[in-house]
Amino acid sequence: MSSVATPTPAPRRRGRRRRTKLQRRQTRLAWLLLIPALAVVAFVAIYPLAKTVYQSFTNQEFLAGITPTKWVGLDNYSLIWHDPAWKHAVILTLKFAVITVSFEFVLGLIIALVVNSKFKGRGVMRAVMLVPWAIPTVVAAQMWKWMLDDTFGVVNDLGVRAHVLSHSHAWISDPSTSLGAVAAVDIWKTTPFVALLLLAGLQVIPTDLYEAADVDGASKLQQFWRITLPLLKPAILVTLIFRTLDALRVFDVFYVFFGNRLDTQTMAIYIQSTIIGDGHVGLGAAASVFMFLIIALFVVIYVTFMRVNEE
Amino acid sequence: MKHRRLLVLAGVIGAIALIASLSVAAASSNRPAHVQQAAAVAAPKVPNAAAIRKKYGGQKITFVGDSVGNGHVRDVALAKRFTKDTGIKVSVTPHPAASDAAYSQLARAFSSKSSSIDVAMIDVVWPGAFAPYLVDLKPKLGKQSKLHAAGIVANDTINGKLVAMPWFGDYGILYYRTDLLKKYGYKAPPKTWADLFKMAQKIQTGEQKSNPNFAGFVFQGNSYEGLTCNALEWIASAGGGHMIDNGKATINNAKAITILDAMRAQVGKTTPRGVTSYQEDQTEHAFDSGDAAFARNWPYQYGIGATAGSKVKGKFSVTTLPHGAAGKPVGTVGGWQLAVSKYSKHKDATIEFVRYMTSPAVEKFDAITNSNVPTITSVAKDPAVVKTNPYLKPAIASVARVTRPAKFLKTHYNEASKVIYQGINQILNGTPAKNVLPGVQSKLNQILKQK
Repeated sequence: MSSVATPTPAPRRRGRRRRTKLQRRQTRLAWLLLIPALAVVAFVAIYPLAKTVYQSFTNQEFLAGITPTKWVGLDNYSLIWHDPAWKHAVILTLKFAVITVSFEFVLGLIIALVVNSKFKGRGVMRAVMLVPWAIPTVVAAQMWKWMLDDTFGVVNDLGVRAHVLSHSHAWISDPSTSLGAVAAVDIWKTTPFVALLLLAGLQVIPTDLYEAADVDGASKLQQFWRITLPLLKPAILVTLIFRTLDALRVFDVFYVFFGNRLDTQTMAIYIQSTIIGDGHVGLGAAASVFMFLIIALFVVIYVTFMRVNEE
Repeated sequence: MKHRRLLVLAGVIGAIALIASLSVAAASSNRPAHVQQAAAVAAPKVPNAAAIRKKYGGQKITFVGDSVGNGHVRDVALAKRFTKDTGIKVSVTPHPAASDAAYSQLARAFSSKSSSIDVAMIDVVWPGAFAPYLVDLKPKLGKQSKLHAAGIVANDTINGKLVAMPWFGDYGILYYRTDLLKKYGYKAPPKTWADLFKMAQKIQTGEQKSNPNFAGFVFQGNSYEGLTCNALEWIASAGGGHMIDNGKATINNAKAITILDAMRAQVGKTTPRGVTSYQEDQTEHAFDSGDAAFARNWPYQYGIGATAGSKVKGKFSVTTLPHGAAGKPVGTVGGWQLAVSKYSKHKDATIEFVRYMTSPAVEKFDAITNSNVPTITSVAKDPAVVKTNPYLKPAIASVARVTRPAKFLKTHYNEASKVIYQGINQILNGTPAKNVLPGVQSKLNQILKQK
């Protein structure tokens, strides 16, 4: 990608050589070709981000004409910072991210290793495992909401019949099980995606390494720790970045499960309900900036980790 | 070869996902057959149809209408009739079932100056917030508005402009199973909440022997606008005020704490544990499938339960809601208006539609087929209407009505109601009221100061 997109520098020598006419022309052409892409990025990413940051310093309201919009400095940030509901939302979202990403990673890795080994019906297995991922999240969430219902839900029915449960449990309504219920659904849905990414990573590991290890008498477990895991590291990091970012901005499953409940607000739901429900665009923008910073922090951590590993 | 196999696999996965999506969609519209029958009575004719057709025939308008109970079936039947008579095409879109979500949908449309909505049904607590985006209906419908209850017309008049026309009214009532009351030796429905809990417990214990899903009492406990309505009834009927009185939050008081904690104690005991995620439809389903002895709901549920094919037809009745130790029975005022968007491209055709929808003939049709409360006083007294809708009998209809505190909050109503229903939902889910209400009260006072 980058070799195509960026101007090719002249072969490096000590000191800068004057560029030839041809090189200058090439550089100009390269920039020209880049303009459409840069314009799109500026329009869809930089402009909205800048506007959000700008709005976060104003008292803008969703329905215009209620109050005149004016500059309020850091007021919004201070309100969000001191709002216990926001703090709760951040902690809940972080908990959710840690729980789901760790389960999805371990389960996904196991599944990837299984479908990477040779067995009959492997193709079918690879297809079947993707089914949960192929169902739209809102649909899957609604389906699980009904399955987990305390009066007509199939989960309780089977559980009680099999004597695993003593009585029907309201998994979603009860605050002590609600996070577990929603995390389980996310894990069910997203593990296939993790498995797929890791499977792609496994497939590029050359088989001769394992053959050599076999010849040297390394056990399967040793092969896993010494060959598979280290060589899988780039794929693992990409997977973790993807999943962590996704989990931190989770909205749909929670919204279908709990709607506007207070104790189950994620960062994204807090922002949505502040802007659309309460009509406080400025306040919601400030919360969005906080959320952006939290997610950026995770990206920085992962990318630094990746770089350290490369060196 | 490899590509073909991949394509087949992708096809199979796609098909499975599609089937799952469709079955979820189908299940959500999988209402008992008797619900669909309600529109069997023909929709009334449009008066002056020829003149309207001449002026506006062929125009297309969009109506964002009802989604609870039979509402959508009724809307479609009326719109079809209107189109047939006048040539104005009306496409009907149901709004989200939770009223606060419906509010957000309209707020989005208005803030983007969208012409995609011509007419929408708006809740009795919204005219203040949406007034700047609505057409003044007084010049064209002022005369017709005089037929409607003066209190509601006043509610829909903002700064001298009639921004919405009353369509149907609402107040909370108690549904009870007459057969079960008799079976367990009760002569009359409960007068107080304590009576209700006692009766619910006894009936539930008996009925659960044959029906494990049976619950004593169901209501709207989800974290949404409906819970604000339910909670207002509990608190006001216990003498605990109206959440906000004289411009100050009063929700944090001893009587409110007592009644809310009493309700909390019933969750999972005489109600399903999941009642904290119930809205109107879940309440109606539970009661009309014969799985509940008592239910709090709006009058629309009466029509569904009384239709041929319903499991509780002839086995239930309605009365005023119970009251607390130191109070009297009340019902929260609900109800819906029709409003025309300022950004509509066919305002005149749309106003003709509103004229038809809020006419005496349509209100009578709606009251008889859907048991909605007429806002036109003469229709509410019509013997044919009272006969099908016993909640219109003076003994029930004269119950003290309590209003949600919209007039103190105006454009901030939705935000304040969210604070209220989130707090009450937290209580129902297990947190003692004394730990929640102080926070709710101070937040409400903060919002009141915003103006």
